Amino acid sequence: MLGEGILKGLTETAKNFFGSYFSAERLTTVEYPEQRIAPFEATRVFPFLVYDAENRDGGGPEWEAGLRCVACQICEKECPPKCIYIEKSKDKKLDYLGKAQYYPARFDIDISVCMSCQICVEVCPFEAIKMDTKFELSTTDRFGGLLLDREQLAKSNEYYHQIHSAEATAVDAKLAIEKTKFDAKAKVAAATAIAKAAAVAGEGA
Amino acid sequence: MGLSLDLREQNLKTIEEIKSAIEAAVPGAGVEIAANPSPSGQVSLRVEPSHALAVAKFLRDDADLKLDYLSNVTGVDWPESLEAVYHLYSVEKKHGPVVLRMHTVNRSDQVELPSLTPIWRSAEFQEREIFDLYGIVFTGHPDLRRLLMWDGFKDHPMRRDYVDPDDFEYEPTAHDEVLKRAKSHKDRDQGSGNREQMAGTA
Amino acid sequence: MILAETKAKELEGWNRQAVIEPKGDGELLEVAMGPHHPSTHGVFRMDVALDGERVIRLKPVFGYLHRNHEKIAEGISYLGSMPYTDRLDYICPITNNWAYALAVEKLTGQEVPERAEYLRVILGELTRYQNHASSIGFLIQEMGASGTPLMYAFREREKILDLFEELTGARMMVNYMRFGGCRVDASPGWLDRTRKVVAGLAAFVDEFERLLAGNEILMARTQGVGVLRPDLAVNAGVTGPMLRASGVNYDIRKVDGYGIYNRFKFRVPLGDHGDVYDRFMIRLLEMRESIGILEQALKEIPVGPVMSPTAKLRGFRPKPGEAYGRIEAPKGELGFYLISDGGPNPYRYRVRPPSLINLTVLEDMCLGHDIADVVLIFGSVDIVLGEVDR
Repeated sequence: MLGEGILKGLTETAKNFFGSYFSAERLTTVEYPEQRIAPFEATRVFPFLVYDAENRDGGGPEWEAGLRCVACQICEKECPPKCIYIEKSKDKKLDYLGKAQYYPARFDIDISVCMSCQICVEVCPFEAIKMDTKFELSTTDRFGGLLLDREQLAKSNEYYHQIHSAEATAVDAKLAIEKTKFDAKAKVAAATAIAKAAAVAGEGA
Repeated sequence: MGLSLDLREQNLKTIEEIKSAIEAAVPGAGVEIAANPSPSGQVSLRVEPSHALAVAKFLRDDADLKLDYLSNVTGVDWPESLEAVYHLYSVEKKHGPVVLRMHTVNRSDQVELPSLTPIWRSAEFQEREIFDLYGIVFTGHPDLRRLLMWDGFKDHPMRRDYVDPDDFEYEPTAHDEVLKRAKSHKDRDQGSGNREQMAGTA
Repeated sequence: MILAETKAKELEGWNRQAVIEPKGDGELLEVAMGPHHPSTHGVFRMDVALDGERVIRLKPVFGYLHRNHEKIAEGISYLGSMPYTDRLDYICPITNNWAYALAVEKLTGQEVPERAEYLRVILGELTRYQNHASSIGFLIQEMGASGTPLMYAFREREKILDLFEELTGARMMVNYMRFGGCRVDASPGWLDRTRKVVAGLAAFVDEFERLLAGNEILMARTQGVGVLRPDLAVNAGVTGPMLRASGVNYDIRKVDGYGIYNRFKFRVPLGDHGDVYDRFMIRLLEMRESIGILEQALKEIPVGPVMSPTAKLRGFRPKPGEAYGRIEAPKGELGFYLISDGGPNPYRYRVRPPSLINLTVLEDMCLGHDIADVVLIFGSVDIVLGEVDR
């Protein structure tokens, strides 16, 4: 009969409509902002700089002293839309391994340009820049409000553990391994230096 | 794994056989083989523009080749000339690609090439795009006008020597080159969009 | 406007499907179905010359979303172009990434590990499914269904996008493929969740078919409308579901056998008439075939690395040469043509956009039909402006 297809279709619609009162499968609306979905472990929005609160070389506030970034500018070069702007410092400070490294005097990310591609995270050799998950960042300042500077970008390692716990644990493990390797090498180097100095002193005597 | 079948496996003739077939069918065609040193194995045939239409018709209608599907037309900007590259496949025989190339005489005033739209209609929009972005004039095209840029636009954006017009409105966080050019727009009435300009330190 | 001036006589011999002359005298009404339009799938304009309600001439005008992606790619490295390819056909970022990675792998002769190939197939077929679901949903929406089938399609799409977000970190702009494999490995938990989602996809296609395929209004509006002849389709370079709806058996997954597609058993649905109804049904049937491929791939996926050990992330300089790599994207043949001069940036980077080339025949399909049919025919071409304009 004419209209049979339409009636069949209407039964499907009715199933969905009445079903939405009974099964969560059919009612998928999440009433944002009263309800929110928890972000996934891997979710990425905009970058942020990681700082370690324990690394306190140099004066100044905690976030400045503990920044892992050594201003190598690899992320600036690899960033596709060129939204990162780095100025290297003139002096050096000690990093978590005890080596003297430069640090960024200025590190700006323009998040109105950033496209969240996460290439900066991939190429950073120092685990210094990672992806944040905050996206409610609208501002009424049209020009400078979306340009995040060093202070706004620096977030602690504990925060990193909160938002990406598996990733942060893996990064911490990797950095711990590097520290043990570095310490072992330093001990060997110190031992050889002492031995050499003793040999020289022995000859001199 | 991951690489498509090369010409031999597909039952398509080798590039030398295709060249001799073309020269047999279109005498004086002036077809050369252009090498491709990469591992992709896609060797191309360079064709003289004067005989391009006859060569194209032969490639489309020949019983062995039957290259009835023009997949891609590309424009390239080389230092001495402009080039159009055509990738041909066969839907009937399921083989390909056969790559044709044509060069213009120079980049400034002699930029005509024959259009292959009468042979393969898929060149219609793609040749219009090359005209728009590179400036190659395809003689014999039914409707040669700009495709992506607006009709009154001058200049050809994809050329290597193209300079952006200096009429951008504002750059919120300009630095380096862009800041230098934005400074000249200090007095535009949209208000200064640059942080340093607002602070007066530009 | 150039429209009313183009005489019908001038178009003969250009392999046009039909040449329509207006009845009677008087002027043709020229309508700009302008860029700001709810049914044009983006910023797209069609200049239509009408005789009453019949379309006499139709010219598509686009370029409103032109970002000159090809020139941007000449200025950044090969890896840096990967996130820009996400934004070409923004409904199917995975297949864009895959086509670009394939072209670069052809250029350098790079091998891809097996697990990465399986992951590519799984994500590619999930993308095809959600693209076809959205495409059908939008087509029905333009017919006046006020969004109900569209929202049902988007419910399924949400499940797939959640899978993408869990794996790659972003729902749409995934930036997942790399030259030599995939960026991130899939955990066993992700594969289990994918199997659960795939198990529910077939039920949705059944529901969609029950809702729509027998619907008399749909059949009356789409059957016989926008017919595309197969020889014109091949000559105009049309690919994808539009070509197969006209009866031409050309699916790049079968022809080229790129990746590991020759390991999977799947059929290629073909249409008889080449009208809008056939294109709609082809997409439904391809959704079913995608489910079949997904089930096979999820069963057979091996363990192993997902990046080739010879792949380089930074300092990637392929040797001089060129390559053209193409895949069967959900919209048609998506190809990337790369010319390398040995430097870190490509010398020439060209995207072969299926949506743009499928639009070549828009005028031919619409001639003689009413203007209300133009929206349907245009919707059945299934374009995305990000790809048309790049």
